[in-house]
Amino acid sequence: MATGDKFDLTEAMGIFFTESREMLETFEGCLLNLEKDFTDEESIHALFRAAHTIKGSSGMFGFEEIERFTHAVENLLDLVRKKELSLGSELISILLDCHDYISQIINLFDGNGEVKLPDGLALKRDMLMEELKKYIEGAKAGQDAAGEARPSPGALEEEESVMSADPGDEFVASPYWHISLRFKQSIFVDGLDPQSFISYLNEIGKIEQVMVLAHDVTAFGDIDPELCYLGFEIVFNAQTAKETIENVFDFLSEDCELRILPPGSNIREYVTLINELPEKPMHIGEILREIGSLTETELRRALSLQEEMFGEKLSPDQYESKKPIGEIMVQEKMVQRPVLDAALEKQKDIKKNEELKKKSIRVDAFKLDNLINLIGELVITGANVKQLAEGSGNSELNEAVSTMSRLIEDVRDSTMNIRMVQIGETFKRYERIVRDLSKERGKNIELVISGGETELDKTLIEKISDPMMHLIRNAVDHGIGTQEERTAQGKPAKGTIYLNSYNETGSIVIEVSDDGNGLNKRKIYAKALEQGLIAEGQTVTDEELFRLIFAPGFSTAEKVTNISGRGVGMDVVKKNIESLRGQIELESVEGEGTTVRIHLPLTLAIIDGFMVQVGKSYYILPLDMVVECNEITEQEIEGKDAGNFMNLRGEVLPFMSLREFFNEESEKATRSNIVVTEYGRKKAGFVVDRPIGEFQTVIKPMGKIFKNLKWASGATILGTGDVAMILDVPMLIQYVQETQGAKKATVQETV
Amino acid sequence: MERTTTQNESAQVVEQAAQYLTFKIGNETYGVDVASVREVINYEKVFPIPSVPDYIRGVINLRGEVVPIIDLSFRFYGKKSVETKMTSIVIMEINSEGEMMHIGVIIDAINAVQDILPGDIEHTPEFGSKIRADFISGVGKTDGKFIIILNISRVLDVSELSDFASTMK
Repeated sequence: MATGDKFDLTEAMGIFFTESREMLETFEGCLLNLEKDFTDEESIHALFRAAHTIKGSSGMFGFEEIERFTHAVENLLDLVRKKELSLGSELISILLDCHDYISQIINLFDGNGEVKLPDGLALKRDMLMEELKKYIEGAKAGQDAAGEARPSPGALEEEESVMSADPGDEFVASPYWHISLRFKQSIFVDGLDPQSFISYLNEIGKIEQVMVLAHDVTAFGDIDPELCYLGFEIVFNAQTAKETIENVFDFLSEDCELRILPPGSNIREYVTLINELPEKPMHIGEILREIGSLTETELRRALSLQEEMFGEKLSPDQYESKKPIGEIMVQEKMVQRPVLDAALEKQKDIKKNEELKKKSIRVDAFKLDNLINLIGELVITGANVKQLAEGSGNSELNEAVSTMSRLIEDVRDSTMNIRMVQIGETFKRYERIVRDLSKERGKNIELVISGGETELDKTLIEKISDPMMHLIRNAVDHGIGTQEERTAQGKPAKGTIYLNSYNETGSIVIEVSDDGNGLNKRKIYAKALEQGLIAEGQTVTDEELFRLIFAPGFSTAEKVTNISGRGVGMDVVKKNIESLRGQIELESVEGEGTTVRIHLPLTLAIIDGFMVQVGKSYYILPLDMVVECNEITEQEIEGKDAGNFMNLRGEVLPFMSLREFFNEESEKATRSNIVVTEYGRKKAGFVVDRPIGEFQTVIKPMGKIFKNLKWASGATILGTGDVAMILDVPMLIQYVQETQGAKKATVQETV
Repeated sequence: MERTTTQNESAQVVEQAAQYLTFKIGNETYGVDVASVREVINYEKVFPIPSVPDYIRGVINLRGEVVPIIDLSFRFYGKKSVETKMTSIVIMEINSEGEMMHIGVIIDAINAVQDILPGDIEHTPEFGSKIRADFISGVGKTDGKFIIILNISRVLDVSELSDFASTMK
């Protein structure tokens, strides 16, 4: 046997870590589901599968620390799965701790390989192992007690007769392990090579004998070269635990039948083996003799015993191994037929789901970024071509170019779409946080999620998760009171935090709301006064007051907890959201609750823009915020003492002149236009020299030097090669509000 | 457009002389280590950005990349550089907090790429310099002339350059 083609494990290592993390996510999700319903079978099975997969693959990659621990978890879950141990909140908490511990060591090993655990982690491991052991032993003890309580006289008798003078108890002479392997026919198709696993055995011991069984091959002409027809009987010499050998094949656990007999097994075990294998007993017996696992006499004894045990006069329970497990369960009256059918149906569903999952592919984010950059270049070049074509006056060319432009737009949209991810996955992650925090604070809080199907750019989702976490912590810590407080207020004892997400004119809105205490306006006012953020006697609107929450160092919490109240946070949240070209706003009614609303742009890279001209410069406004565009007269712009307001069909519209704002010195255009924008339920007008029209805008970062340039959210390159600034409408609106609000506070309400 | 990033290997072997790109701003000759120079381009259309300080001249479109342009004359002497036929832009490669970024600087005229031996570079004089002392990493001597070698990471310190309040508060 060649031993050369060992696996190249390092290459697959990255996949191992990614997959393990995914499995852990499933693991956690299942536990949280189970916490609501201890008997959710589907979750229990998924939980077990996740632990099993992590165990298996960590063993494959030699992460003994992970393997050993997950093995213990798996054992416990196996008991749960078999209903020998029932779940309770305490056990779920322990399993969640196990999840955290596994995540921690996986993070530790990722990049470092298996390293010695720091003392803290080792201690945690030992504590958890101890807990798991307690549960496993508890369940086992319960099981034994149950077994004794229900003695079957027949079975007992039989046991005794077997025990007395049975040739099956004799130990075989062979000092080696016996491994029997039968692979699934489809194993090659699944991309696995049995030979490499067998060669791997030589890493842990020595293969003394191998016998290849080609029993499945019927006629040579019928052989499908892509299928595996072979079985292996191996005599294996190793000083090792059975588990180690099992682990070699762990990766194949679903693709092969593995039977291992330790050195010095008794004959009865060989008999069972002979019986279980698909080949004829005589045939398999011969093979065992040939490779030296059994001696001639041992074989003869085994075969006669086999006839005795599995001959005509068999009792049903000894027959077990020959029947599908489902049948036995029905026969044993353990389950009723309809229940079994339902379970089988469910299994099919699970398979279907897994198949659906396979239809998606994993792509390196870097490749995707690269593609998006290229599309950006394509859009710019396309704009250039379009401009040239328009200048040429060639109508055929123009037609072709406009078709191309449309296609580019489609390509752009579908490419951007690749990056879009449903936000639900991220939302689910907060369930755990809410659960843990509310327990820690002795509160009873439920997290209600809606709008999880809303799609958002993947980079945005990653960057939003920290600010979200902060908001949720705030809601748990400050927002929702204790059960006693709530009951005293006449509210249900159980508090609720809502996470919601939806689309709104060109942006995505994420809402974090709670039905808690709401903000205490008087407290904020007093605190703001104390910190000199407002002047004595100054009248402030609710909106302005709430905005103070986002000021650096602002906190009204009387005591600082380990979660929040230090006054760092909301300003950081605001900064983070703004760095994503997003906006954050807060609504609160005292005694009823608080809602924090985050508006985010749909994508980061390319937007539909509306180009305008001021002096010689071009500017881009995000098209989805532009409501309308009107010509405006000189009189309407000038001569307003009360501030810049104009009458838009009876509506009061605040506006600002971009020419004024940018100190544009060039000669004034003879006519001006006003572009009306709407964002976050606020309207504002911008006076420009000339509206140009729609423009596909590739957002180019402007670099850190311009990080304090609040009014621009980036730059773009026009078809001519000119650079145009992209205006940040929400920031400009805020500017309009603040400057004009300072002039005349009373008109604030109309905005 | 001319690329100046190639290192002369033979020069490196002999006494490890470093290469400096030298240029004029006003009547003074400055040098920067070629390792931090990406390329030198002709002075092209610089797009002004409203509401930023005068040392930021604007941005250019460098093959699809938006690159900020710093007016070194303003940063050094507090007066805007005046465009002539000789005016060029040197695109520098700056490492800012582990991130490579490009910043262009306006210079009045490009001189040459010169080898200067480490032994021929003297410490910054303790006084007498008109520009900020931390901008200078040393004074090099070649052919009896002085070249002020710039500490480009200080001259183009991103946190300092970005420290301005735009019109909005």
